[in-house]
Amino acid sequence: MSAAIEFRDLFFSTPQGRLLLDNISLALEEGTTTAILGRSGSGKTTLLRTVNRMVEPTGGAVLVHGQKVREMDIIALRRDIGYVIQETGLFPHFTVERNVGVVPECHGHKSGDRIRRSHDLLATVGLDPKSFAKRHPHQLSGGQRQRVGLARALAGEPKILLMDEPFGALDPLTRAEMQDMLRDLLKRLKKTVLLVTHDLDEALYLADRIVLLDQGRLVVDIPASEFLASTQPEVQQYVNAFRRGARNAQAGDDQPLPATSPAEGGYAPEEGGYK
Amino acid sequence: MPGFFSQYGSTIAELTLEHLWLTGAAMLCATAIAVPAGVWLTRSPRWAKPVIALANILQTIPSLAMFGFLLPLPWLGERAARIAIVALTAYALLPILRNTYTGIRGIDPAVLEVARALGLTGTQRLFKVELPLATSFILAGLRTATVTCVGIATIAAAVGAGGLGELIFRGVASVDNRLVLAGAIPAALLALAADGGLGLLERWFQPPSQ
Repeated sequence: MSAAIEFRDLFFSTPQGRLLLDNISLALEEGTTTAILGRSGSGKTTLLRTVNRMVEPTGGAVLVHGQKVREMDIIALRRDIGYVIQETGLFPHFTVERNVGVVPECHGHKSGDRIRRSHDLLATVGLDPKSFAKRHPHQLSGGQRQRVGLARALAGEPKILLMDEPFGALDPLTRAEMQDMLRDLLKRLKKTVLLVTHDLDEALYLADRIVLLDQGRLVVDIPASEFLASTQPEVQQYVNAFRRGARNAQAGDDQPLPATSPAEGGYAPEEGGYK
Repeated sequence: MPGFFSQYGSTIAELTLEHLWLTGAAMLCATAIAVPAGVWLTRSPRWAKPVIALANILQTIPSLAMFGFLLPLPWLGERAARIAIVALTAYALLPILRNTYTGIRGIDPAVLEVARALGLTGTQRLFKVELPLATSFILAGLRTATVTCVGIATIAAAVGAGGLGELIFRGVASVDNRLVLAGAIPAALLALAADGGLGLLERWFQPPSQ
């Protein structure tokens, strides 16, 4: 399989000199989902935004289907890449139908085609076009807004989807429903997905590979199925921090558990999981 | 009173139309200058402060002095109506400029980010997203400017530009309150009508979520 997205020796530093991406090299296979994990400020979103040139790297290169994005027409590049963010960014003055059809509209597609495409996509993401097409974003719940955002991202028939914490603001039950829907959708549509998330569970559920960033450096790039068993300290630290609540409930006492150490009830991969 | 109206009715109507023409023309000119300028400032924000400050200074010039400054200028000074329209345009710039700038700058950054990320061109972003979302703000600025200029336009009579101010000046000169009111009441009604009408338009263009 060829790389759909490739980061080559990528650097990004702010005009103030803060290094946000530090020599990242990574290749994403066509049709796979890659989750990027890491602390806030570790460079996850910056890395994602270099793909559609929302951020221009200060060193190295990003390639999409073998072509350097810097040499591509920026408008054409962006229209060929779906983009979903936590805040959805739905246009408040457009109906749901028009929000979904905005990329075909910019391509100059006829109104009838756009409406048909919007309705098909709404059905694909689990929204009945009859009851949702004419609504405005403020008349939707958080989960419904995310579904519309996803439908809009798919409207240009992109091969690549960039998703920046798409379900981060949703309650756990809605998030689980959205994850199920997305997993099913990705299985059918075979998109290359780059997913930024804080949620380890989400990464394990949706991704084929997991990439861990720390202070702009790539720490780990492994198959999702191997992530929990990794002995790398940064991975263990992340896993421990994520599973504190469950461990605490299992331990049944009020003693706070360590956030980072695998000892004393922490994650012990050599023993097959949690103590 | 019926005698007064039969004597001055047609003059009041004529001067009201003249007043409307002066104010309307100035509002059109001000909108044509201030909206593109406001959009440009959103693209070059470092200019926003000095340009808005300049528009602010224009607004602080006393209206009679402004008409006086423009009177000796070539071409402008040839016709009083031109002086009035230029002066009123200068007064209307600030509210429209400021509201265009703040209206666009106040749009949810996530909406603008997605518009860029989906591949909308600069023109498409402006006409499909930014201006529609800022329209109610721009109309609020236009409303403030119109109400202010309907009042200031009465001073234009001092340089012979006509309008309802002519009746007011004549009334003051002849100590005839009926003439003063014949100019002041229609001017006030015009201002109220502009305020109400543009207020309705402003609400009409408010994005659905607000």
